[in-house]
Amino acid sequence: MSAYQQWVAFLTIVTKEIRRFTRIWPQTLLPPAITMTLYFVIFGNLIGSRIGEMGGFNYMQYIVPGLIMMSVIQNSYGNVVSSFFSTKFQHSIEEMLVSPMPAHVILNGFIVGGMVRGMLVGLIVSLLSLFFTHLSMQHLLITITVVILTAALFALGGFINAIFANKFDDISIVPTFILTPLTYLGGVFYSIDLLPEFWRTVSLANPIVYMVNAFRYGVLGVSDVNVYASLGAILMFVVAFYLLALWLLQRGTGIRH
Amino acid sequence: MSALTIRNLTKTYANGVQALKGIDLQVEKGDFFALLGPNGAGKSTTIGVISSLVNKTGGEVSIFGYSLDTERALAKQKIGVVPQEFNFNQFEKVFDIVVTQAGFYGIPAPLARERAEKYLRQLGLWEKRDKQSRTLSGGMKRRLMIARALVHEPELLILDEPTAGVDIELRRSMWDFLTRINGEGKTIILTTHYLEEAESLCRHIAIIDHGTIVENTDMKSLLEKLQVETFILDLARPVTEEPVLEGFEVWLKDSRTLEVAVPKSQSLNTLFVALADQHFEVMSMRNKANRLEELFVRLVEQNLPGEQAS
Repeated sequence: MSAYQQWVAFLTIVTKEIRRFTRIWPQTLLPPAITMTLYFVIFGNLIGSRIGEMGGFNYMQYIVPGLIMMSVIQNSYGNVVSSFFSTKFQHSIEEMLVSPMPAHVILNGFIVGGMVRGMLVGLIVSLLSLFFTHLSMQHLLITITVVILTAALFALGGFINAIFANKFDDISIVPTFILTPLTYLGGVFYSIDLLPEFWRTVSLANPIVYMVNAFRYGVLGVSDVNVYASLGAILMFVVAFYLLALWLLQRGTGIRH
Repeated sequence: MSALTIRNLTKTYANGVQALKGIDLQVEKGDFFALLGPNGAGKSTTIGVISSLVNKTGGEVSIFGYSLDTERALAKQKIGVVPQEFNFNQFEKVFDIVVTQAGFYGIPAPLARERAEKYLRQLGLWEKRDKQSRTLSGGMKRRLMIARALVHEPELLILDEPTAGVDIELRRSMWDFLTRINGEGKTIILTTHYLEEAESLCRHIAIIDHGTIVENTDMKSLLEKLQVETFILDLARPVTEEPVLEGFEVWLKDSRTLEVAVPKSQSLNTLFVALADQHFEVMSMRNKANRLEELFVRLVEQNLPGEQAS
């Protein structure tokens, strides 16, 4: 395929993915908006007013960046894992496998589709947060970079999960038992500096701590960890996950006999 | 030029099942080719390898001279595949399914929409273009898969059981469509369980059984191999026992129906004279099975492991 044909094929997958998640918007875009609004009301307004300041900001301002990242993570992952597994389940993956599309075009299409949903939900949650607090952007470039890299990383994670999944249960195990606990313990609701030394050190092994803090640094200008080291680590994981996903796709793991 | 060349193709699945045991096959450009075999013979595995849905264990496959190993993208551009099972997104609209498939081949959207309209019209689905595919009937879903397989205008169309579960009228119209596009130069390979379909449409045929090709020839030569043809005769009056006819095997199926095996060396005239001599009046006659079916059953029986050909 020529470079132009590959570009057309890539856009076809991205368009298909966007069409899919916008067609079922009550399942994809509405729930995170409602959930995050509840977080803002309960944790930010009701409980947050009794907590006081954290990291030099009122509690609502402090948790908003973390909740935006949580939405980006969950939706980037969720979009790719459910969409790619559905194409396997319905065998419509064969439409792509019989075509001359190289594996990297298929992978890029799904990943960008997942990133678009993750970032769109992130934008919706950001706009909703403005009803509850004032946000000022301290470092725009870092904010955008960390969102893009995080969305890419979790879209790739969803893709790898879908490749190995054989039944619908398999696509909910990782989000339920790994992703959600890591996110809740990833410094979304608190500064890890509040933790005893031991648990603070343990928290540093949680990759989501770096993403949430890097994003919080972009928005508020404060972070519990070194922001540039965080960006480097996320980038490294993106590259590693991309190469793994591409290798699995090329050898046909879970999709070819 | 060969549309498809297969050399020593083998496939062993992870569970140890050897689905293909070194098959060779050649299909010429413009041919209408039937690949027949009983269930589990290796037809779908062969099609799976050709269409890149199944990884082969060994051997070579080339399509219009392009190797699937070294020139995969060029080879894939030449093929359109209509699988046995419905494999499109059930929630997508008919038009979107065909346009999206064109996109996977790098066809820009305006041309993709033009082609989708052309093939949906040809297959009688244009009125259904805005319907979700799950709302279509079984026959319409099969036609949708044909439209989808044609949208990138491949030179070789492979159909795996295209008329399974399709009513007679629709089957006939599908045959007409396939005959027409074959006449326009498209090479067609089909697998089918309706041997009447293969006999009336195809010029060449290969029979696969237990992962090996047991017959590969043109339809005329194959049918000439049929040594015995079985006919059903409906009698004018009821009888209690079958006639004794020298040179023929006869069975009385019921009081008004005879089944007669007619060897190639005997003429039907001889049969009717012998019946008339014994005062059997025949009102009508038909083949028990079509000729290809009879031959197919015999060939597959010969290939049964541990059994001798009768």
